[in-house]
Amino acid sequence: MSNEKVRIFPLGDSALTVEFGKTVSASLNKKAIALSEHFEHHPFPGFIECVPAYSSTTVFYDLVTVRRGFPDFTSAFDAVEKLVIDAVQNIDITQVDATRTVEIPVYFDKGSALDLEYVAERSGMSPTDVIDLFTAATYRVFMLGFLPGFTYMGEVDERIAVPRKESPRLAVPKGSVGIAGRQTGIYSLDSPGGWQIIGRTDVEMFTPDAEMPTYLRPGDLVRFVAIK
Amino acid sequence: MSILFKKSGILTTVQDLGRSKYRRFGINPNGAMDTTAARLINIFLGNDENEAVLEMHFPAPQIVFETNAVIAIGGGEISPMLDDRPIQNWQSYLAKKGSVLNFTGKNFGNRSYLAIKGGFKVSEWLGSSSTNLAAKIGGLEGRKLEAGDRMHLKTKIKQQLAEIHTRISSSLIPRYSPFPTVRVIAGAEFEYLSKKSQGLLLNQDFTISKDSNRMGFRLAGEPITLAKPQEMISAAVNFGTIQLLPDGQLIVLMADQQTAGGYPRIAHVVTHDLPLLAQLGTNDKVAFHQVSIQDAEDLTLQFERELNFLKVGCRFQSNS
Repeated sequence: MSNEKVRIFPLGDSALTVEFGKTVSASLNKKAIALSEHFEHHPFPGFIECVPAYSSTTVFYDLVTVRRGFPDFTSAFDAVEKLVIDAVQNIDITQVDATRTVEIPVYFDKGSALDLEYVAERSGMSPTDVIDLFTAATYRVFMLGFLPGFTYMGEVDERIAVPRKESPRLAVPKGSVGIAGRQTGIYSLDSPGGWQIIGRTDVEMFTPDAEMPTYLRPGDLVRFVAIK
Repeated sequence: MSILFKKSGILTTVQDLGRSKYRRFGINPNGAMDTTAARLINIFLGNDENEAVLEMHFPAPQIVFETNAVIAIGGGEISPMLDDRPIQNWQSYLAKKGSVLNFTGKNFGNRSYLAIKGGFKVSEWLGSSSTNLAAKIGGLEGRKLEAGDRMHLKTKIKQQLAEIHTRISSSLIPRYSPFPTVRVIAGAEFEYLSKKSQGLLLNQDFTISKDSNRMGFRLAGEPITLAKPQEMISAAVNFGTIQLLPDGQLIVLMADQQTAGGYPRIAHVVTHDLPLLAQLGTNDKVAFHQVSIQDAEDLTLQFERELNFLKVGCRFQSNS
């Protein structure tokens, strides 16, 4: 893999971020996930965790252990940067852990789809058309964040890509499916939030006591299915 | 073998050094705001440094000991009284069964920590006892403590145990101040600030505004601007990350920070100085001083070397 345009910078003195680019794309996201999986499978002394995002991966480390483990480097940052550069050159995005496709049943009734009429109006189409366009696509889980188990997925059809609300709701019910521009996401907990809510699912996105506490993982593919 | 909270205090939570390894699932680390205080008092009592402690704000809880316990308090100084006796931070005391611990006035700092020799009996979630208030999990039922709560202790203390009249070496205790200068390293978007704004970041005093909490401290100051707008895309953030908000004001992300953010990352507070920041409250001030990444790392390395002496010494004392 070419490492042109790859930018590596400190995220404080205990982490560094590897930025593969500044756009939302499946290929950059695959690189981010592949690098993350590389270090999760082959940790170095002092490695704590990796956090893949849209087009970057952040590597968290214990700087004291890194400095001890890599005495030839003048800083832990330099040591981890070298490991990252080597890894980026050798990772193969076709080798990422198998991608799952997950179907999520969604209610689009008025009580669940709080902003469906607004989204339809802004998009100049009927609520049914919005639902059809929304459920026609397969979405990629680019990353998790904001809340435990909250997924940032994309990309939403441009015709219904309505920006987030100007003032956020104080309480968005758990399970709400929202749109923010070309992103879609599922509120894993009751929470304040500004996304346009167009449906709701009963699938638990966050089950704290399970061994795998979140329903979705970075790299998953998601299809929404309307509950009739 | 428990302690009883007669009064809860405004925000008392169970914390350890945080929950790592789950950030990629959106699960943030939480943990003590002032990790140095939590580590020091744990190590001093012969505990694992990651043992759960209570993080208290003022007004603080009133605690009744239903069993003998050896305690230490550190971090912010809120005038602790054990029965009728004023006690000091950074020292250990024997709280006898029936004694009452009160905190009678805010002296300095905003977060005080209580550790108990042997530790609290707290169930762990994903390897940590820290409380995640947003997800309502971890610590004591995922919530702040309430009056009437009991916390159980892991080990029984022998009646005849004498107090050890030593104090944690002052060289290890952070140099707390209501107006500290904390060291920062440049963030990814620092170079995109206008020259004037780079100067403003490093040469003005910022005031901690009232909408500051465990997630982040908002800083009020003369607005800072990018030389030209940057295309930003959400990525991981860190404890101590200083983000530039669209209105030109800053937010420093603290222990309950979300795992990702999409605002320009203009600087990061160095690990070693986070406790100085963590002790600030509304209307306190802070100034930033830029250092290199290597200097930032060296500060931590030097501190950890000194801390090792305390670890060895306290382990020796615990075993003897």
